[in-house]
This record gives sequence, C-alpha cells and structure tokens, in this order.
Amino acid sequence: METRTVRVVVNGIAYERQVEPRRMLGDFLRHDLNLTGTHYGCEHGVCGACTVLLEGRTARACLTLAAQVDNHVLTTVEGLAHADGTLNELQKAFGECHALQCGFCTPGMLMTLTELLSETDSPDEAEIREAITGNLCRCTGYQPIVAAALLAAQRIRESRTGSPAPTAEATE
Amino acid sequence: MDISDLKGAATGEMRYVGKRIARTEDNKLLKGQGAYVDDLHLPGMLHGAVLRSPHAHAKIVSIDCSAARELKGVHAVYTHADLRGRSRGRAPSMLPNPAIRFERTQEILASTEVTFAGEAVAFVVADNRYIAEDACGLIEIEYEILPAVAECRDGLRADSPLCHTDAKDNVVAHIEIGFGDIDAAFKDAPHVVEETYWQNRGSAHPMETRGYVAEYHAANDELTVWSSGQAPHHEKKNLVELLEWDPERLRVLMNDVGGGFGPKLPFYPEEALVSIAAVALQRPVKWIEDRREHFLSVTQERDQWWNVGIALESDGKIRGVRLNMVHDNGAFLPWGIITPYISITTTPGPYVIPAMSAKLDVVYTNKCATSPVRGAGRPQAVFAMERILDKAARALGMDRAELRWRNLIQPEQMPYDAGFIYRDGSPLRYDSGDYPACQQAALNKADYAGFPARKTAAREQGRFIGIGMASFVEGTGMGPFEGATVRVQSSGRIAVITGASPQGQGHKTTFAQICAEQMNVPLETIDVITGDTGGISMGVGTFASRVTVNAGNSVHIAAQAVRDKMFTLAAFLWKCDPEELVLLDGHVARRSGTEQRISYGELAKVSQGMPGFTMPKGLTAGLEETKYFSPAQSTYCNGTAVVELEVDRETGHINILKYVMAHDSGKLINPMIVDGQVIGSVAHGIGNATLEWMQYDENAQPTTTNFGEYLLPMATDVPNVDVVHLETPSPLNPLGVKGAGEGGTIPAAAAIISAIENALSEYGVEFTEAPLVPQRVFQKLKEAGAYAR
Repeated sequence: METRTVRVVVNGIAYERQVEPRRMLGDFLRHDLNLTGTHYGCEHGVCGACTVLLEGRTARACLTLAAQVDNHVLTTVEGLAHADGTLNELQKAFGECHALQCGFCTPGMLMTLTELLSETDSPDEAEIREAITGNLCRCTGYQPIVAAALLAAQRIRESRTGSPAPTAEATE
Repeated sequence: MDISDLKGAATGEMRYVGKRIARTEDNKLLKGQGAYVDDLHLPGMLHGAVLRSPHAHAKIVSIDCSAARELKGVHAVYTHADLRGRSRGRAPSMLPNPAIRFERTQEILASTEVTFAGEAVAFVVADNRYIAEDACGLIEIEYEILPAVAECRDGLRADSPLCHTDAKDNVVAHIEIGFGDIDAAFKDAPHVVEETYWQNRGSAHPMETRGYVAEYHAANDELTVWSSGQAPHHEKKNLVELLEWDPERLRVLMNDVGGGFGPKLPFYPEEALVSIAAVALQRPVKWIEDRREHFLSVTQERDQWWNVGIALESDGKIRGVRLNMVHDNGAFLPWGIITPYISITTTPGPYVIPAMSAKLDVVYTNKCATSPVRGAGRPQAVFAMERILDKAARALGMDRAELRWRNLIQPEQMPYDAGFIYRDGSPLRYDSGDYPACQQAALNKADYAGFPARKTAAREQGRFIGIGMASFVEGTGMGPFEGATVRVQSSGRIAVITGASPQGQGHKTTFAQICAEQMNVPLETIDVITGDTGGISMGVGTFASRVTVNAGNSVHIAAQAVRDKMFTLAAFLWKCDPEELVLLDGHVARRSGTEQRISYGELAKVSQGMPGFTMPKGLTAGLEETKYFSPAQSTYCNGTAVVELEVDRETGHINILKYVMAHDSGKLINPMIVDGQVIGSVAHGIGNATLEWMQYDENAQPTTTNFGEYLLPMATDVPNVDVVHLETPSPLNPLGVKGAGEGGTIPAAAAIISAIENALSEYGVEFTEAPLVPQRVFQKLKEAGAYAR
C-alpha cells in the first residue's frame, strides 16, 4: 500500500510516521501516536469531540487527513495541562463548575474554548455559547461549561492585573 | 484534631454527604487521559466492521463473501451460516411478560429475513477498520424486498403487511388496565375533553457511540470483554448464554463510558460477534460503532399515539381519565414492553384521579427497536396528561395552574395509592413528596403571578411570549438490588466495589462521599471501583434512575458494617467496650483516658488473623463486607417545570427566556452533581420538544441518519436553568434518596409546548405533537389565518 511521510509536532513533540493517504488525522493521533484524548463522536464534522488546534486554529480531526498536517504544529487536549501535570485555568474551572460529566465531549470543548480565550480574555456568555455551537454535549446542558469559560476568562484577566482570583462554590 | 474533640464523628452532623464536592473523576478526563473503550490498544488487535441491511424488510436470498474473504488484511468474515451453537439463535429474551403475544429478539446476524434498515447481516474482521469497511463493500447480498410496516397504527390494520413474516399479526401485546368506575366518571360529567397526541422517536445519542473489545486468554481459557455499556453483569449474563461460556471465566469491564442515557443498556449482537471472533482468531478484536450505525441500530424511543379523554367536575376536580395508546415498538423486543407500560402508569402524575382506564397496543414495525431513553416512556405520558389539562383549563375558563392546584395530591395523603400496578410489580404507591409545595416553588421562581403583565408589555412591543408548566411523578430506584463491597486494605486505603457502572453520573464521587461519611476518612483515601464483573459477583445496572438508591444504600450499609467490625476488633484487642471507641483520622481510637489508637491499615492486617491460628470468637475474617440493598418498592421523585419563552411569529422559532425546574429527589448526596443531572436532563427534554425527530419514510427507511438531519440541542438552543431543590427524604431507604437523572427530561416537552401555545393564544392554535419544530408552528399559524392580510 502506498504511504506518505508525515512530520508533525504535536504538543511540542516531533513525530515522523508513514501513513496511508486515506488515514484520518483522528485515527493518526489516537491509534498511531496513542494520543487518545481526541475523541470521535460523529465522524462527520458536526459534534466537535475531535477538535484539535492546527497552527492554533480549531480543526476537526475527523475531517482532516493525517497527510494534511505534514510540517504543521498541532495541540491536542494532552497538551493543555502545565508541564508538571497540574491543570490550566480552563481545565480547573471545568472541574470546579462541574462542566463535564461523561467527559467525552470535554477535549473538544476545551480546545474550542482555548481558541476563544486566545482571541479574547473577556468573552460574554453569548460569545461563549456561539463559540461552542460546533461542540455537542449531551450530559451537561452547556450551562456549567459556559460558567467554566467565564470563570477561566476572569481568572486569566486577573492573573494579568494581579487581582485575587475568585473561588468557585464547588471547591468548598 | 484532639481526641477529646470528637463531635464531628460522634454526632449526626454530616461531613461529606450533602456537600458540593468537586468530582474525583475529573482530573484525568480533563487531561485527555480517560480510558474509553476505543482508547484500548492491545497487541495484535484486529478490527471489526458490520455490514447492515439497507432495507427495512427483505428476505435474504443469497450472500457471497468470497471477494471480501480474499481481500488482503481480512482475517474472517462471518454470516449467520458461520455461527455455531447457541449463537445461531436469537438474543436472550429480557423481561418476559405474560401480556407479550409474540416475543421476538434479534439474531446475532440475520439468517433469512431482515426486519429493519440497519440490522446486522455480516461481520468482517481485518487488520484495521479501513480494510474491514472495504471488505464490507465487497460482500454481495441478494435481497428480495418485502413490504414494510412503517407506522404503528397502520400496523394494526387487518390488511397491513407483517413486520415478521412468520407472525400472525403485528401485535406485540395488548394490555387493558384501570381502576375505579370509569363509566360512572364520564356519565353526566359537567366537562369532558378529548384529544389525540403524538410523540415521535429520537435516540439518546451519547457522544460516545457503542464499542466492544474482546480478548481471549488461551492459557486459562478466559474471555475478557470491554464495553461502553450500562450494565456489565447483564452483558455478561447474555454472553454466557450466547457463547455457552463458563461464567467463572468471563469478565466484562466498563472503564470510562461516554454517556448512556438508556440505549446502551440492552444487549446488542456486536458484543457477541467480537467475542466469537476473538476466540476463533486467538487475537483481540475491537468493534467501534460509527454515528450512522448508531442512528440505524441503537434503540430509540417516544413513538406513541395517545387518545386521551378526561372528565371533570365544574370546579375542575378530575372525575376520571380514559387512555388509548399505541406504542410503535420497532422490529424487536430488546427490553420487553417496559417502556409503554411505564408510560401508562406514569399518567396519574401528582393528581388525585378517582378512576382511570387504559388500553395499550404495542405494535411491531420495521424500524429500529425501542427501549428506554432518558425519561423512559414518561415524557409521553406527561405530555398526554398535561396537554389535556391545558385543554381542560381552556374548556373550564380556568387558569392552568389553578386547575392543577385543585387536583394535586396533598402531602398528608402520603403514602398515596395512585391505583395502577407499577412496572416493579408493586402497587403504584407514592412514598413521599410535597407536590403542592413543588408546584408553588416553581411558579414562584418563574414569577408566574407577574406573567400576565409581562405578556401585555411584550405584546405592545409586537412580541409573542408564553408561559407553560408541567408536573410529573417518577418511579425511581427500583429493584431488584444492587450491591457493594467495602474493604479496608492493609495500606489503610478503602476500596468500594459495586456492580453499578457509571456513564458520567459521578458515581465514584457520590459513593466515596457515602463511604467517607461512615468511615470518617478523607475522600482521597477511598478508591471506588465500578464496571467490573470480576469485582463483585452480582449487579443489575445503571438505568431507571436507580443507582444512588440501590448502590448508594449498599455502600452505606456495607460501610456501616465494616465500621462495626472495626469497633468489634479493636474492642477485642484492647479488651474494652466497643462503645468506648471512635473513628478518627483513619484510626480507631479510645474515647478517653488512654492513648490507644490503631490505624485502619493495621487493623486490616490484624483482621486477617495468623496462619494456622483460630479466629477469636465472634470475629469474622477481614475488614470487608458485601451488602446488597433490595428496595421494597420504587421510591417516587417528583417535579414541576415552568417555562417562559418567546415565539417568532414569522418563523415559528422559539427562544426560551426562563426555565425553572423544581425537583424533589429526596436527600441530595452531592447537590452539584444532582444539579448537573437535572440541568442535563432538561437539555435532553428541550431537544425532544423542539428539535429531535428521527424520521422514516413510507417504506420505513430512516431519513435522518446524521447530525445534520437530526438536530441535537446546541449551546445556543438551551437556556440557563433555575433548579429548585426540594428535599423530601424517601422513607424507603436509609439514605433517604430518590432518583434524579431523568426528572428534567420528563415534563420538558409538555411545558415548552404549553408555553408555545400560550404565546400564540390569540390565534387559538393548539399543538398536539412533539417535537414541535418551527415549520409546524408556522404551518398551524398559517392555517389559523395568522398571516392573512
């Protein structure tokens, strides 16, 4: 079978693999690189569970061929936490706000919101809801996800200005 | 903490139960380190793909797999002819009921006749899924197409085609139940109102589809199966039967599962297929469903036609209710006739109804099978009852809330016999709850009293706003049992093992809270192990809002038993009265006067005895206990939804302005988790009410098989929900808990569609269906002349 070489940097690590031209990026990440945090929920580009950052922009790993990411830089959910394994502000806020139940859509939600928070540190509720329309969640009703994004944005702003960060109710 | 400061442990004050505690499950899930079934990579693993029937009803004339078998990378192709022994038969029958006239479950692979589009016909195992799907495309099947039953009411007609050609008709079951004198209730009633309602089907659509991995260990002839299901012991039981396998050498595991909501509960052929292939090929085999397959072959629900008649006094008191319901069952019975039966017995709701009669027809159709989906037949029942109450309120010229208020069961009437026999086999006896307080709490939170002024103000701005409400009573926590083992390890850590497996409900946190309360240890000391048939010998499963009641109380009782055991053992060691002992910081300590204390871990070691020595009298081995809690009957939770929304008259589009869900699921173990369950289930209900519509054409061909054609609620479709908790403890279990996972879904369609109707009241349009999509609102308005110039 004909193969192609894919050289890609994922979460700061350089990989080189031979892939079939038809291999999807999601399968490549999950089964070739064993980065199983990126999930397939629909395989037709609607549910957003497979969302990754390709050069900092959200992309559907179920609609992207592995060969397309040759010579590109990717971030997946495994690349979000700090180097010491502690959660980043968005991840922390998700836990505190109970913004995940089964956790299956969570990686895609985190990636989409990571993109949003890289564009603005003060999104309002409507902007957050609009941003995640491409990510389906069947468990939470979205309300706690929106709350988590607002909380994370607030903490990111305050960390820049040096004001104290608020504590969520859930952490008591 | 000083030993003299023991109030926290010695008094009834709760340290963990009732607290909003962040979940122990979350950390790894947030880092992408979950362990869902498709994340499993085993050495030498092969991958399966299923070829499905493209026809709703057809005879299989011939199957030619030769080209598929020759494809490089293909290891095996199975058709029915390749199956052996019991697996050639049909899936085991679940929940038999004498009312079932013709029981039919699915074959593992169809032999001679396919009866819905999506039925499994062949299974390919290959090096990877790409090749397996290529091979499916090479299988040649000749079908002789047969006429299909596409609609349940048509299926009852004498000239209808047959769903199964060897049946004499399409009737699964006909049931007539009732209580009171229904004829007297309707005779000379001041008001009689009648209407026909329809709810169409959808599916649960957990974001993770189904999937299974099977691995055969030849060295000890053991089979391990990983599944994304809801009931490991139930799946094991079915595999044991179909594979004719020694149950002691078969283990079913469910690690992280990406949502369930009902349809991951029944048994599906693919689980047997991966197991058969893994044994035959001596290689691990994985099969992961894609979303299209999920649309085609995973159970669905809500497809029912209801004709409802209600007789009332002039003051609005209900005299009686007559029900005729037809349930579109689909082609098979994976979960008996539980769903329509729950529907019927949910109709009384929170109301005093002296007489009811119900006639139920369950009908086979050439569509995907039905089984409980979050709400499990109840949303339809609540829709039928609450919609007819709205219609009755109009007939009586009475406020909708007032009509309901006059009929509510009062708290002093508890326990209340509603009249029917419930699905658990016991009389439908509501154990507890304050329904008037619940309705009032919801109305207050929604400022129902202020709505007329808001409506007038909106109308002056040319806007159409409406308010609607619906209440329900839900039987939860049904038996037969669930169990838990609580074990103190020699390290001092405590293991909690239960057969109830989670799909996102936060069981691990909830059970740890319950155990921590009894053992007086931090949550971090407890490891909760779920979803492993190797961990505990019996389990029932996660469905029907039953786990906190059954498994939660098992954990509670088992932890208490271990706690008592620790006191007995320490009292023996120190030759003192157990009453002198307390639990403190992972130690058993003497209350006063001594420095004696021993850690749980040390005590666990002591409890093992010494090899060859006799156990001291009155002591049993080990610091562990397994307890099975069997509830005497279901415990009934209740709730009221009040919805205010705006309808865009020109498009039929709705915008929910306020959504209040008052909910009483008894004692809350973790209110944060319960909030999540309630809000999430409201979102599911909003989808059912306004978006989700699994459609089939006149040949029973599914026409909505992706998320572009079948719409799930997005973040912009779902409002923030105001949850109001009432906490009436259930008297039926030690924790006082009731189910919480479905209540939000149950009244949603009834309340939302009531509000839409109310918003458009000046046009006199009535809505009798769910989902109610914008084009139908538009159509009704057009028929009513709303757009006439």
